[in-house]
Amino acid sequence: MSRAEFLVEWAGPSTTIQDRGRPGFLRYGVPASGPMDRGGMAAAMGLAGLADAAAIEVGLGGLRLSCERGEAGFALAGGAFSVSLDGRPLGSWTVGRMSAGSRLAITPGAWGCWTYLVFSGVLEASRWLGSRATHAPSGLGGGMVTSGARLVVDAGGDQVQPGDAAWPAVHPRPDRYRLVLGPQDQVFTPLAREALLTEPFAISRRFDRMGIALEGPRLDIAGPLDMPSEPIVRGAIQVPGQGDPVVLMADHQPTGGYPKIATLIGADQDSFAQLRPGDIARFRAVSADEAVAAAREGG
Amino acid sequence: MTAADFPRFRPVGDAALLVEFADRFEEAIHARILDFDAAFAAHPLAGVRECVPAYASVLLTYDPLVLSPQAVIAHARWLVAMPAVAARSPAAHRIRVCYEPAFAPDLPELAERLGLDPETIIDHHLAASYRVVAFGFAPGYAYLHGTPEALRLPRKPAARRNVPAGSVIIAGSQCLVTTLTMPTGWWVIGASPEALLPLDRDPPVLFGLGDSVRFARIDAAMLVAARAP
Repeated sequence: MSRAEFLVEWAGPSTTIQDRGRPGFLRYGVPASGPMDRGGMAAAMGLAGLADAAAIEVGLGGLRLSCERGEAGFALAGGAFSVSLDGRPLGSWTVGRMSAGSRLAITPGAWGCWTYLVFSGVLEASRWLGSRATHAPSGLGGGMVTSGARLVVDAGGDQVQPGDAAWPAVHPRPDRYRLVLGPQDQVFTPLAREALLTEPFAISRRFDRMGIALEGPRLDIAGPLDMPSEPIVRGAIQVPGQGDPVVLMADHQPTGGYPKIATLIGADQDSFAQLRPGDIARFRAVSADEAVAAAREGG
Repeated sequence: MTAADFPRFRPVGDAALLVEFADRFEEAIHARILDFDAAFAAHPLAGVRECVPAYASVLLTYDPLVLSPQAVIAHARWLVAMPAVAARSPAAHRIRVCYEPAFAPDLPELAERLGLDPETIIDHHLAASYRVVAFGFAPGYAYLHGTPEALRLPRKPAARRNVPAGSVIIAGSQCLVTTLTMPTGWWVIGASPEALLPLDRDPPVLFGLGDSVRFARIDAAMLVAARAP
């Protein structure tokens, strides 16, 4: 193993260290966290030749790194960001190598909100409850990656051949994202339930790792509601009394007392997470059995 | 809804099942929820990832590659029908709290709204015994049920921003001690030095569900001393 050190010259405000997440602690109020685009992170690990690793999740604010010492391979995947190494453009999904003096710049590209940087080796990062995934609201886990920070990598011995990988030139997205209605769809007006499945919704600017707010027709409930708080899953579409529906994501709050009209199925969550503010999403309902079948087909 | 309508089994997306025991919180219902949780711990089902008890429901999350909704519902039905597997032995906790004005920004307004003086509010808060009902909102936030009737007000219309970790807050029948700096619409009536989210522990919490909690009054000097590393 050899040691490589990097200076974070610039990190957008939503740059975090992630891994596959920390499932199993929801009963203590801790969501699983992990990547917004699970498939994107898995692809970056695959390109880096690693079965499991810590990744740096890069958002629309981008990331610039310089290597100060040593050398290490890296892989990038997820979305289609603009990437350059020492000023030379690389593909959006790519494998490269950095040594002392080289500089990597990642900025938003053709599509997507999140991309994943994985070093070929072990990125030094603190763990919480066994996982390096960062819970952004608290900063617990591997932590936020901020401008001026230093990253240390124990670079692996195996060399992964540099070069671009194939990546989707266009955002792969279904005509309609699939939902399982409920658990509180019945408390909404028939008009609200119809609107959810017929009208377009725009991704709002209010999105982060906790959730993505949607702008569209009002989704009203049929009467006053005083429901006890209940546990929430990733993908739940919660509708606050006043305001826009929110699709809860990787750092979702563990419980909620507002009604959930539906849940975005797991198979469609990666694509949904990559939608940008202003993008339009439409929805259709599937049964829980159809949603399970979609998970088994891998999409 | 009548009791005969419960429990209800509602699939949530492709990887979870919500088992609803009632449409509101009741102590007797919550005892059944903790019995269900204990029954699940004694009789887990391969492929179920988490069992998450809450006020009036339990969420089971599962791996859709392993289990179908029907299989999880069948297991949940069997657990619901099972007699309680073991008597729980809830622990009793004492949590220190400082009610001095610097740490209790909402105490004056709460006093005005309730028509009580701040000392009476503090006496009521100290006299009550609270039950740990669920964790929620954020890591380690233990919802404590048992705020006395005399102190029950709904949340404030507008949230207060940057309420520091360790704040003691109340709303309705509930009380909790915050673990993160966050906005809250609950009434901030004090601060505690207790680390309710011990980061070096697994599980990362001081309380178990069903435990009882009482508060003990300390002054600002004791709060500061207890918080010193």
